[in-house]
Amino acid sequence: MADTNPVAAGPLPPGSAAPDFTLQNAPDHTVSLHDYRGQPVILAFYPADWSPVCGDQMALYNEVLSEFEGYGAKLLGISVDGVWCHGAFADDRKLHFPLLADFEPKGAVARRYGVYRDDDGFSERALFVIDGEGTIRWSYVSPIGVNPGADGILRALGAVAGERAPV
Amino acid sequence: MSRRDATAALTLPVGKRDHIQGPAGAVVTLVEYGDYECPHCGRAYPIVKEIQKRMGRRLRFVYRNFPLRESHPHAQQAAEAAEAAGTQGQFWEMHDRLFERQFALDGEYLIEYAGDLGLDVARFRKELVGGVYEPRVREDFRSGVTSGVNGTPTFFINGVRHDDSWELDPLLAALEEAAVAMR
Repeated sequence: MADTNPVAAGPLPPGSAAPDFTLQNAPDHTVSLHDYRGQPVILAFYPADWSPVCGDQMALYNEVLSEFEGYGAKLLGISVDGVWCHGAFADDRKLHFPLLADFEPKGAVARRYGVYRDDDGFSERALFVIDGEGTIRWSYVSPIGVNPGADGILRALGAVAGERAPV
Repeated sequence: MSRRDATAALTLPVGKRDHIQGPAGAVVTLVEYGDYECPHCGRAYPIVKEIQKRMGRRLRFVYRNFPLRESHPHAQQAAEAAEAAGTQGQFWEMHDRLFERQFALDGEYLIEYAGDLGLDVARFRKELVGGVYEPRVREDFRSGVTSGVNGTPTFFINGVRHDDSWELDPLLAALEEAAVAMR
């Protein structure tokens, strides 16, 4: 989609309006942020498909999906990989949530959220929790090699829901 | 930009519900979140055994389940099998058997191991088929997620996530350091 918003200088902080986007998640299908108005959205930017197994971030989120869904939240993974790559990766890992291709123009959505890495062409490993009104409520950038886990997301969803995160 | 605390900590304290080896008054508590089908956990298993041998009664070891069900199709049922054995007083015997036989975790093997351990196999089978321990394993899993477990195995030393290597020397060094800090 066209890069109409200014490029953010750093990760968009809580309180910012979440830039809308439309990206492909399959060769014949697109996903837009505004599709999920009224429910929390977790945007998980990650550097690339095919990172190592077992400790892998997307595999963990796949397991935790029911906890996210307990808050009515939708999880969207985003990387600069193309749809065919995402398809193969999602099949291999049996992922049950969409992977969006921030592929053309490359990294445009990551840039608008302030999490594109100009030096190597990947996005940061960055998490955003967006509320049902489209406002960013929590954001976190993990060191690129460190799986950020899901505890921060669950705490943020708990705060959005106005309750303590379940233990 | 909000950031999490640098060190993740256990949200569910060690308590009566846990499977524990070592004395309650041990100076160091090591908690592992593991998956019986995870090859890394399989490699950590003898390392933990060696650490227990070296630290003796200064160490308390706790094992909690963190089955990655989508990656490891047998992990959930294996975890439930260990819990079912635990109800019959043989949690650790089954835990050891599962890690030593990671390559054979199909249902019929689990039943076979229950027989080998002298368990009431009919009861074991019934509980396994009925998913009696599914909620308990899920509770372990959720406690891991909220504590910052991001893969398996993840270790906590005296309630704080151990982010360094869990090879024998670094893990033992971290435990000894924690023991000194407790003095």
